[in-house]
Amino acid sequence: MEALLFVLGIPLVGGAVLGLVGHHDRAPELNVAFSGATFVAAAVLTAQIIADGPILVLHQQFFVDPLNVFLVALTAFVAFTTAIFARPYMRIERDHGKMTPPRMRLFHSMYQMFSFTMLLALLTNNMGLLWVAMEAATLTTVLLVAVYRTPASLEAAWKYFILCGVGIAQALFGTILLYLAAERVIGAEGGGLLWTHLDTVKTSLEPTVMSLAFVFLLVGYGTKVGLAPLHNWLPDAHAEGPTPISAVLSGLLLNVALYAILRCKILTDGALGTRFAGDLMIGFGLLSVVLAAFFLSRQRDVKRMFAYSSIEHMGLITFAFGMGGQIASFAGLLHMTVHSLIKSAIFFAVGHATQKAGTQVMDDIRGLIRVSPTVAWGLMLGSLAILGMPPFGVFASEFLIITTAMREQPWATPFLLLALGVAFASVFSRVQPMVFGDTTLKPLPHPPALLPVFVHLALGLMLGLYIPPYLDAWYREAARMIGG
Amino acid sequence: MTALATQLINLFAAVLLLLSFALLAQRRVLSLIQLFTLQGLTLVMSTAVMAYFTAQPHLYYSALLTFVLKVVLMPWLLHRLIVRLNVRWDIETLINIPTTMLLGIVLVIFSFNLALPISQLSVSVARGTLGIALACVLLSFLMMITRTKAIPQVIGFLAMENALFFAATSATYGMPMVVELGIALDVLVGMIILGVFMFQIREQFDSLDIRHLEKLKEE
Repeated sequence: MEALLFVLGIPLVGGAVLGLVGHHDRAPELNVAFSGATFVAAAVLTAQIIADGPILVLHQQFFVDPLNVFLVALTAFVAFTTAIFARPYMRIERDHGKMTPPRMRLFHSMYQMFSFTMLLALLTNNMGLLWVAMEAATLTTVLLVAVYRTPASLEAAWKYFILCGVGIAQALFGTILLYLAAERVIGAEGGGLLWTHLDTVKTSLEPTVMSLAFVFLLVGYGTKVGLAPLHNWLPDAHAEGPTPISAVLSGLLLNVALYAILRCKILTDGALGTRFAGDLMIGFGLLSVVLAAFFLSRQRDVKRMFAYSSIEHMGLITFAFGMGGQIASFAGLLHMTVHSLIKSAIFFAVGHATQKAGTQVMDDIRGLIRVSPTVAWGLMLGSLAILGMPPFGVFASEFLIITTAMREQPWATPFLLLALGVAFASVFSRVQPMVFGDTTLKPLPHPPALLPVFVHLALGLMLGLYIPPYLDAWYREAARMIGG
Repeated sequence: MTALATQLINLFAAVLLLLSFALLAQRRVLSLIQLFTLQGLTLVMSTAVMAYFTAQPHLYYSALLTFVLKVVLMPWLLHRLIVRLNVRWDIETLINIPTTMLLGIVLVIFSFNLALPISQLSVSVARGTLGIALACVLLSFLMMITRTKAIPQVIGFLAMENALFFAATSATYGMPMVVELGIALDVLVGMIILGVFMFQIREQFDSLDIRHLEKLKEE
């Protein structure tokens, strides 16, 4: 209970404090401190949940169960390491003249507010508040995408705002329909939007309303997940915003939006008793995987390329959850975790590489290994990990997803394998010359923060080789909830 | 009594739909804001009527909230914005108004069909209006697609929010208060951010024409 309040309170206070002092010289350290404290609180909360089981507090408005607790821990952790990475990164941006003191203040304050909205979306029991938090997450990041004020970044931010705004409006309509279905069963006073209540009555929810509601919710939150064909905002926002924001967008926002879809899927499955929701997710997921893989090969901007890779992986995860069942859901959860860790690690490495080169165009970045072997190895290992090379965790989850697909949806397997192959060929052939070869790059004024890169990669590696028993238990429990 | 209530709500719903079409066809920025204000006012009245006939006190609060936000604050912000940006008398050239209108009619028919099975399930007095609400959402969506200037696009966005709010009050007895407050806050903050944005866009491009914002494409 107290831990939960701290998890939500620390970033909120942090946002307010950094809104006042975020332009000071020491603000990056303060940002790290707030994120670190949030992580500690999240770790304590997680430990309590492991020991005592799920909790439901504050007039039932907040709850923690196996499905969201590991995402809370992951979100707080990635937010913490990204803050560590942002400390030298944003200083260098300031030295390059891209960040002025007011922009630094905006960045730090909004960074904390973004963490707050993510954690609120995860912890709330109220489907309406979940919507509010998702919308607030867009609002906090939209000004950050445009923080450099270049024409391209303004365009990216405008697109991000309008597209996600429209998408999230569809999700609101879906939420209204959900409430309509719930009101008939629970009544007007009974907290018809509380997920725990909905979960207990899910079998008696009206099927026609629920199926329409799910379509709207999937389209709405799916826009934020970056599912094709609603993915257009994602590569632009990732490429034009500051790199720490790209890292948290890929590592956190997409996960949390997918989490919202999962919550809705559990209710819809209960109400319909058919594979309707799962089939829709399979369709959207597969389309995203295939489309993203082919767009990957055409990118010239390194951050855009990895943004498309995020779309691909999100599609794969959606596909896995769409198939349903214990193993596929387990694999989906595992893939969410490792993707979030490794993709943010890649963005950290890419951030420093582009700072050295002064450009994001891949053809102009060459021979990183000569100037900075650690950045180069981080990028190389990260790329190999995200492409699904054993022994990293992505391999384990992709292996599980594909073997399940062979059994459950054999027609989809060739598309998946083709897409993964195309993605491998295009990413690897781009990253290889960036790392090796001759170079013209110069060293950076501040030492880069590479600890987060290797911590993330090590965790990704560990999850590929050995999953600790309590994590395994969580995954199984959550997979049971989703897979039904 | 409930017959009167249903009639009134249906009347407001029809007015909302009419205003959505008017927004779709209007070319002057200033008139768009006036239409948007009218839409907000209709929403307030329909919410108040709902509150009176269903004896749901929290609907009065949400009517009040809507009044403050969508009839006073938003139009005022928009007015300030167009004065400061000096686009008060802007007229947008829309060449395909008849086509847009026809498309709008198709959307209305589509939404009525989609909402039909659900309307029959709703317990609220205003159940017939869900189709209209959905139609208004889609019409605002169409408006956002067809506009090329930033401010009309934003008005389309806000009109969509209005239509969603109408859906919430008409199909159910309004969302829980905490959710409504949250949504209101989001809309307000979003509006302010969009305002900031427009200054940045104009500073950068010397115009609010969003056709400038089409450089980021896949080659």
